[in-house]
Amino acid sequence: MHILALSHIAKTFDSGTRAVGDVSLAVEAGDFLTLVGPSGCGKSTVLRIVAGLLRPDAGAVEFPQGRPETGFVFQEPALMPWATALGNARLPLELKRVPRAEAQARAVTALERVGLGGFGNAYPRELSGGMKMRVSIARALAARPRLLLMDEPFAALDEFTRQALNDDLIKLAREDGITVLFVTHSVYESTYLSSRVAVMTPRPGRIAAEIALDPPATRDAAWRLTPEFAAEAARISRALAAATAGREAA
Amino acid sequence: MNRALRIAVPLALGALVIGLWQFLVRHNGVPVYVLPAPSDISPAFRDSFAELMAALWTTLQVTWIAFVLAFVSAMLLAVVFNLSRTVEMALFPYAVVLQVTPMVSIAPVILIWIGYEHVERAAVLIATIVAFFPILSNATVGLRSADSNLVDLFRLYGASRWQRLMRLQLPAALPYILSGVKVAGGLALIGAIVAEFVAGSGTATGLGWVITEAGRNLQIAKMFAALGLLSAVGVANFYLLTFVEWALLHRWHESAVKQNA
Repeated sequence: MHILALSHIAKTFDSGTRAVGDVSLAVEAGDFLTLVGPSGCGKSTVLRIVAGLLRPDAGAVEFPQGRPETGFVFQEPALMPWATALGNARLPLELKRVPRAEAQARAVTALERVGLGGFGNAYPRELSGGMKMRVSIARALAARPRLLLMDEPFAALDEFTRQALNDDLIKLAREDGITVLFVTHSVYESTYLSSRVAVMTPRPGRIAAEIALDPPATRDAAWRLTPEFAAEAARISRALAAATAGREAA
Repeated sequence: MNRALRIAVPLALGALVIGLWQFLVRHNGVPVYVLPAPSDISPAFRDSFAELMAALWTTLQVTWIAFVLAFVSAMLLAVVFNLSRTVEMALFPYAVVLQVTPMVSIAPVILIWIGYEHVERAAVLIATIVAFFPILSNATVGLRSADSNLVDLFRLYGASRWQRLMRLQLPAALPYILSGVKVAGGLALIGAIVAEFVAGSGTATGLGWVITEAGRNLQIAKMFAALGLLSAVGVANFYLLTFVEWALLHRWHESAVKQNA
């Protein structure tokens, strides 16, 4: 059953930039769908349209099962510097006027689940880049999303932190049965995380190819080194190269 | 530098300057009506102690009332500006006119309107006008400075206009507002003194009046005593507001964090 269907989405900004040309995409519940494409191809714009933060000029965004509770994780952690980690994780619940005790309990749990159990009272400036991103993920999880939109969330992190967060994200999304729509320009990240990859062309962005992946039950560092992983990454790479060259992938 | 040194060094410099001042005035026989020595000022301070304290109290009341009025009205107007771009476009240029027109030149008109029998009310109004603008302009910018991703997040979670203001825009504006408040605190004191200078008579009873009157009577030592008191009040006000800023920001804001280090 589809949780989200985009049909013929187009978006041109007031500046005249045609960000999104014609994007159609169906997302199944439980999918981990990654949008891969060159910088500026409108990936982020698609996410913002799905979130309802932008209105498309043409096309339709449909939620066949009703609009799911949606979380958004930005490229920057986007934390409130004046609030503690716990205060930040509580934000969506407070905005939704969840009773205080329940909001507190859910924020505490969310921080524990991202591995920041002992850091509830820390302010963002006291946390490392990776920890801030974990708070940002905890904030999204606290609201118990069915659909999680992630806009290059780990792009600014070092390789080691990024891989740790990739593993945690796979686990958390699976535990909660969250459907993830993920944006990245890293082929390896998309190979590692996704059940499906949609490759986009340069601006104005279109979907050039959709690639279904079949990741093993346990994904770990060893899997990254296997020929199978390399072959999957190569498929995405080739599709991306073809899309960038202006041809449809075979 | 450690805390003790940070207090000791300026104090030592102050003592040195006062000692040098005392020596130069005595050594060169400078007449007291040109420049009184520190040893002339302290008896003048003691002799007029009651009068000076009463004047100080008046000036402080005017300053603080004006400061609070300026703060409340500037914050309210900044919020209105934030709610309506049209109102901001219409009113902001006039706020600037009020700011750039030298207060000494408007003060006589205000005194005439309010009347010389209520100089303290005119002083409150003048000091309020002077202190108003830095808070307004800083708060207006500050309310617009919230992280755009957070603004989006508030929208995504269906925040009300009120929630956005109270939980996002005001906290984000706080560092801006506080630096405006520090400037405004100094200006409110200046406004309170200027009003009395301009009034020159009537029912003025603050430090501004003591300075004017002592100058006319050639009581230069008393004038210096009042001046010293005025500076001390200005400095105390500034550090009080700096402390408030530190107390509100030190846990999270970079500017205050760096002061800690």
